[in-house]
Amino acid sequence: MSDDTATRGDLDTHVEEDDLLAEGAAGVEAATGIGGGALLSSVAEHLYWAGRYLERAESTVRLVRSHTELFVDLPRSAGLGWAPLLAVTGTRTVFDDGYDKVVEDDVVHFLLAERTNQGSVVASIDQARENLRVTRGMIPQRMWEVLNETSQWVRSTATAGSARHARVMWTEDVIRRFHTLTGIVAVAMSRDLAYAFLELGRLIERADMTTRVLDVQAGILMGSGSQGLAPFTDLTWGAMLRTLGAEQAYRRQMGGVVSARKAVRFLLRDLAFPRSVEHCMLEISRWLLELPYQEGPRAAATTTSMLLDQILIDDLDLNGLHEFVDQVQLGLGDLHVQLEAAYFPARPDGSTT
Amino acid sequence: MLGTDAPRPGCGGVVDYLDRLGEELLARQRAAELAIASMGISFTVYSEKGNIDRAWPFDVIPRVIEINEWSRVAEGLIQRLRALNLFIGDLYGDAKVLADGVIPEEIVKGSPNYRPECIGVVPPLGTWAHISGSDLVRGADGVFRVLEDNLRVPSGVSYMLENRQISKRVFADAFRSLDIQPVDGYPARLQQTLSALTPRPGDTPVIAVLTPGIHNSAYFEHAFLASQMGALLVEGNDLVVGDDDVCRVRTVGGLVQVDVIYRRVDDLFLDPEVFLPDSMVGVPGLMRAWRAGNVAVANAPGAGVADDKVVYAYVPELIRYYLGEDPVVDAVPTYVCLRDDDRRFVLDHLDELVVKPANESGGYGIFIGTSATAEEKEDIRAAVQAEPRNWIAQPIIALSTAPTLCDDRPAPRHIDLRPFILSGENPYVTNGGLTRVALREGSLVVNSSQGGGSKDTWIIDPHVDGSSPPLADIAPAHRGNSQAQEGS
Repeated sequence: MSDDTATRGDLDTHVEEDDLLAEGAAGVEAATGIGGGALLSSVAEHLYWAGRYLERAESTVRLVRSHTELFVDLPRSAGLGWAPLLAVTGTRTVFDDGYDKVVEDDVVHFLLAERTNQGSVVASIDQARENLRVTRGMIPQRMWEVLNETSQWVRSTATAGSARHARVMWTEDVIRRFHTLTGIVAVAMSRDLAYAFLELGRLIERADMTTRVLDVQAGILMGSGSQGLAPFTDLTWGAMLRTLGAEQAYRRQMGGVVSARKAVRFLLRDLAFPRSVEHCMLEISRWLLELPYQEGPRAAATTTSMLLDQILIDDLDLNGLHEFVDQVQLGLGDLHVQLEAAYFPARPDGSTT
Repeated sequence: MLGTDAPRPGCGGVVDYLDRLGEELLARQRAAELAIASMGISFTVYSEKGNIDRAWPFDVIPRVIEINEWSRVAEGLIQRLRALNLFIGDLYGDAKVLADGVIPEEIVKGSPNYRPECIGVVPPLGTWAHISGSDLVRGADGVFRVLEDNLRVPSGVSYMLENRQISKRVFADAFRSLDIQPVDGYPARLQQTLSALTPRPGDTPVIAVLTPGIHNSAYFEHAFLASQMGALLVEGNDLVVGDDDVCRVRTVGGLVQVDVIYRRVDDLFLDPEVFLPDSMVGVPGLMRAWRAGNVAVANAPGAGVADDKVVYAYVPELIRYYLGEDPVVDAVPTYVCLRDDDRRFVLDHLDELVVKPANESGGYGIFIGTSATAEEKEDIRAAVQAEPRNWIAQPIIALSTAPTLCDDRPAPRHIDLRPFILSGENPYVTNGGLTRVALREGSLVVNSSQGGGSKDTWIIDPHVDGSSPPLADIAPAHRGNSQAQEGS
């Protein structure tokens, strides 16, 4: 473990617990000039999860909005259903426990307003709030207030906002509130250790969501029941870009026409677009460099970045895309495990979340 | 519009202001409730269905105290805490106070908050109760009296600060025209008080607020104070004490030495090595680290011995004994049933007294003479005679009232006041404190967990604002009842 790693807090040196135990602690004191500068392991974990839940809530809203728009755009003969949303969010099993059929109203309500669905927008905001409640001191006061307002507003309006006629307006409203949160963090939060963990949570969740969206798109187009969609492929890739707020950036970067290969390349490899997997991985690596004890997490991030470097998108078919995305997701999972091992407090019962 | 009684001297400007608001006052109350929701100010209520996070109950009509009166009270509280700190240090040191017969040994050593584990320890600056919250009441004579001292983990100061934030939002205009003393200096003063205790002077101390966790009813306050002081908010398992008796906190950068712990965990849960072995919220070895002088703990373990209800009766004598001064702020006259004369008086005057068990809290086991049945009277008589050490008695106090919005109309409700006192090199008393109000008509229960509310407390200097009209223009001609009115 190197002692020369730069940290974003004011920690000058760091001491490993094992060293302390071995040396009886004498002489290996962490020299500090800190008041609130050190970041507790437990607080780091809460911030990381807050980042993940905030990002998850926002992407779920985007997902519902763009799918709704696509659904409205396509003729019935296209056969587009609502099951893909459950697939993207990985909530099909939970959904089937509570609902009989995959129909629009139920799926949308389940994703936006259902509290028993841990991945719903309402539940994600609540969990972000719970994590930030115990770390209130680490975030701008105004962020906490806006999150409270958002939480209350979303809870009281989500059911009404799920109705198709109100849905697009409602999702725009929620997204605007998330932008406020993001803006407060951008201008009012110091780029310190606390920010690093909040950001790492957001970036990992963001990369994960982008791969999920890609995967499901591939799934829709591969699916046997979806031949009806074939004439509308461009529309569906466009909707996918909109889900990720990427449509405008894509058109400028890749030229106006939406094609499958270019869209995949853009979302996986574009260096500049914030929701591309490549960009997320770059940012993750940049933040990891600022942390002490970064070796494990950095190795995991590098493995995933190398996957991206080596993929030949021109040779990729839909099946290959699915397999590739699977590998990236496993890599992100490993990164999470490495962060947990390096920074988060060990739990007596061995559980991880 | 604010009730039938005349306001206290000095409150005229505030009364005038509220009168001019008229019905607008209700809109301000709504605005305050919105602010509370968006600021996420909450407290936790324990119930069988689990813990509920409730919005903080706040009444928008301020409680007003005139600055000269308050200065005198503050002086008295500092004096009181000086004596109490000397007393605690003496008890765990040479115990001269016992040898001199000022207070009976059995009272001290029989207290459930007496900790033999603290004998021989000399904490930094000789201070034991660094942060205390003394509950004050006004009786029918209008005089502030200390009802009890809280020297262990007093809570409420964050609500005092948040109440001010809210009233500044909704009464911004009043804060411009009335000279209301600020309260927001408290976190900085607390930080200084704690910093002064560091075992490593010269370096910026690492201060941690030790909380039992999110499920504690005062968690909001723990987080608030840590944040305001720029201190770490920690739970027991964030801290580790090594064989070298040094306390450290687990951070993402490794273990970092902690210099000062502001603990909001009761003594008995503090260190499973010394106290309750199955405590989940404590830090094994913390007492070792404290006794070795490697970490300061505020309030010091054992400080609670001085907020025993029987010890309370002796505080005026302790002030004279340690300081050679008369008490500046009054206490409620207290009869100690252990003393023969007192006991005889109590048994002869049960009708007029409140009889309290010495070692219960939260209002349990209290006998109120005016509302007791003959049977209850006989029971208390037998109990006092059987175990006189366990009982004290006090005259019944008619708590003062303040106008409070109830069903959108101002109505008198009983109130108390908890100021916070910092003891150390530079003693400090909050400007006012947390005013708690019993929202049910006639009720004396001010606890937020039992339907109590709160008010902002304005310490004002009536002579600063020349625009305040003379009192005679405002005071209605008649007085409705004998109880003292705050503010109005």
